[in-house]
Amino acid sequence: MSLDLALLLAQDGIANGAIYVLVALGIVLVFLVTRIIFVPFGDLVAYGALTLAAIQAGERPGTIWLVLMLAALAFLVEAVSLLGRGAAHRLPRAALVWLALPALPALVAWALVGRALPDAAQWALTVALILPLGPLLYRIAFRPIADAPVLVLLIVSVVLHFAISGMALVFFGPEGARPRPLINAMFEIGDMVVSAQTLLMLACSALAAAGLWLFFERSLTGRALRATAVNRVGARLMGIRPGVSGGTAFMLASALAVLSGLLIGPVTTLSYDSGFVIGLKSFVGAIIGGLVSYPGAALGALFVGLLESFTAFYDSSFKEVVVFAILVPVLVLRSLVTAKPADDEEEEL
Amino acid sequence: MRRLTVGQCAPLVFAGVMALMPLVLRGYPITLLSYVGMAATAALGLVLLTGVGGLTSFGQAAFVGVGAYATAWLTTAEGLSPWLGLLAALAATGALAWLLGMATLRLGGHLLPLSTIAWGLALFFLFGNLDALGRHNGLSDIPPAYLGSFPLRSANAGFYLIWVSLGLAMLACANLLDSRQGRAIRSLRGGSAMAESLGIPTFRLRLAVFVLAGMLAGLSGWQVAHVQRYVSPTAFDVGPGIEYLFMAMLGGAGHIFGAVVGAGLVTIARDELQDILPKLVANSGQLEAVVFGALFIVVLQRARGGLVPVVLRRLPSRVLSPPPDAPPLPRRTQPAAGTMLLAAQGLVKRFGGLAAVNDVSFDLRAGEILGLIGPNGAGKSTTFNLLTGAAAPTAGRIRFMGADITAEPARRIAGRGLARTFQHVRLRPTMSLLENTMLGAHLRGRAGMLRAVLRMDRAEERQLRAEAMRQLRRVGLGDMPHELAGNLPLGRQRVLEVARALAADPVLIVLDEPAAGLRRPEKLALAELLRALRAEGLTILLVEHDMEFVMGLVDRIVVMDFGVKLAEGAPADVRADARVQEAYLGGVA
Repeated sequence: MSLDLALLLAQDGIANGAIYVLVALGIVLVFLVTRIIFVPFGDLVAYGALTLAAIQAGERPGTIWLVLMLAALAFLVEAVSLLGRGAAHRLPRAALVWLALPALPALVAWALVGRALPDAAQWALTVALILPLGPLLYRIAFRPIADAPVLVLLIVSVVLHFAISGMALVFFGPEGARPRPLINAMFEIGDMVVSAQTLLMLACSALAAAGLWLFFERSLTGRALRATAVNRVGARLMGIRPGVSGGTAFMLASALAVLSGLLIGPVTTLSYDSGFVIGLKSFVGAIIGGLVSYPGAALGALFVGLLESFTAFYDSSFKEVVVFAILVPVLVLRSLVTAKPADDEEEEL
Repeated sequence: MRRLTVGQCAPLVFAGVMALMPLVLRGYPITLLSYVGMAATAALGLVLLTGVGGLTSFGQAAFVGVGAYATAWLTTAEGLSPWLGLLAALAATGALAWLLGMATLRLGGHLLPLSTIAWGLALFFLFGNLDALGRHNGLSDIPPAYLGSFPLRSANAGFYLIWVSLGLAMLACANLLDSRQGRAIRSLRGGSAMAESLGIPTFRLRLAVFVLAGMLAGLSGWQVAHVQRYVSPTAFDVGPGIEYLFMAMLGGAGHIFGAVVGAGLVTIARDELQDILPKLVANSGQLEAVVFGALFIVVLQRARGGLVPVVLRRLPSRVLSPPPDAPPLPRRTQPAAGTMLLAAQGLVKRFGGLAAVNDVSFDLRAGEILGLIGPNGAGKSTTFNLLTGAAAPTAGRIRFMGADITAEPARRIAGRGLARTFQHVRLRPTMSLLENTMLGAHLRGRAGMLRAVLRMDRAEERQLRAEAMRQLRRVGLGDMPHELAGNLPLGRQRVLEVARALAADPVLIVLDEPAAGLRRPEKLALAELLRALRAEGLTILLVEHDMEFVMGLVDRIVVMDFGVKLAEGAPADVRADARVQEAYLGGVA
């Protein structure tokens, strides 16, 4: 392999990897706060890109209906839980938080889409539509069993992915979509041509990794969020509300997902079911990085991108096989390196 | 003759009903039931793996694919008989499960199920990209299985092929679960520490269950290949893998019949949904996954045990009689009273910079009760873990029955005749008192999985059962052997742990804070029991901080404080020791 070719493949791999970096950061974020491996994260990315594409095409995106449905469901779940605890007086507040707040952007989008909108307004609408999805899904699927073993949370998470991507097929149809890029420019660095969008992605990834690291290591809120994952009861005794922590984490995750969607969408065509594989590959990257460190996850995700691009050069049909198969030796290596965990497998499931 | 019980009737009735199905139903319903059977075979593997063994796999569909492709390729490309294809399917899935299990079963928590997604996807993409396996089109024109010269080609023949093989697999699994190894598998979910302390090799057993589940998937794949007569990769994606898991958990992971119930409900519901949903919305291709997803989440939130246990709870429970007597199991020869049994020399255990145990030595002689006491944080529990093999010492030696057991695994030490109890009671709450006690006698049985499946272990089972019953009576729990352990109050659970320890026929029994959480009459009864055991020649080491409980009971005391041995001697001398008083009371008044 010549140096030029290697450079080309490396550039391609880094461009791919940048996609996975953002998603991997989101996965680590959610895991650190809630112990949930949020498999549907990739689906939210796809929703982001598909929503933007629909808005650009002047169509009302199905996300509107999804948000409204989930908001109604979340309110229902909250209402049942409140009534069960005899706290009916808190219903108005619940209606505001779980029904009105998420429904607002959906209604605005419903009214505005189809008119001539500036680009920035289209992006803002997309962000406003995707943002509520994370907290709503958390409230409906995870919070009722927040104290369950990690394994149950994982199964729920995987199942949730299938439900969400099935809905995406109904809303967006089987065809893929590719929204317009945020910036249209090409740079020449030496012999290589790099698109501005790729550079923007890399910049955002680096910023997000650094920002999250600072937030969780340095700020009080960030530490409170992490404490929740370590010990929910302990955190509660310290005045941290685990439910709120989880909601916040999922809101942050939603923000990361929609950002990824806006950045990735214009680079690679996404369809209703693209999210799973993107999510899982990012997850492989996050695991390589140890699943506890943001910079580690970022590097792991870049490695996955490189691995994919070099395998694809030799035989493109086997790149998925290699990327997923690499996880087994990685996990084995990690289990050898890290100390044996305490015997806490009592009564799983 | 005894009358047949509900539990014994149900399988016979079920087999009879299924055998008559083709006489009653014709055409599509039979095909649908064949699909149920194929799915139930794969789900049965997950019942063993997830419901019983506590391991989760999202990759069961990939194993079904390996089995299906193995036999499909051999019978089409190589022209082998489908019966050889069956052997190949079982061998391929078994071998692959063994390899993947060796690599990943040591992973803790969520990493194992996540790795199953990874290799599940890797296999799925592999099927779709190999030329020899027909890439995305799969393989077709697979020959049917032959019975002699009769081809099993019709829908009815396929139905019988599937349900007979499934029935045999269910029988084998039921036999396995009701055996010495089956109990050990059921104990795995109680955590490795408990199982290893009973002499159960947890890793090997997990691997065995993993291989077994893989081979059941292989059987399912063989059914798919030779009844459906074509295979294509889409059926072996992670999506179908989740569906198998849903079937197992919906029906009741942990019950053999849960697999059939879950597979039946899901398969038939999907069939209905595929009729209805397209009429409601466009692009409904994945909508049944949405419905199943929503239902699965509700099941996980509200009824994690599944349907079968709910139904069983409603059936009238039968009064079971205690097990009949049987010839006793061979017993160990107890060492003569006064001989050296256990010797700890210069034990040190460091956690980072902290020396939890620092240069502790003491001896234990056959026939005595030794109390190891000390205030909180004295290092008692760490010492306990070093002696029982739950942790390895940083320095020092431990000799037991004349052999060096330093850093031997707990399982091996258990085999030498050391039985223990746990400070936080570790029983299997969903197993009966009798079964929990039989777990203690695990090392006194020999029967392996094959003998259990073929029911050649019954004589030994009777002996184990009778022995467990004897121990339950000995500790005063003989009045309700079939009660579930989880229904006992804490005090009696501690006593049950003692019965389980006794069932191992130990020479030394080590009790970790047995009086903690007991009420006064319970403490008195426990002390009485321990005295009786000493009178029978058993040696007892007691780790405790309840001074009153210890003082009246033990022969000698070792006092620890801040990781070092403070004093050793008869209870009265230790009580008079100024240093001991200071450690406990913070100075002599």
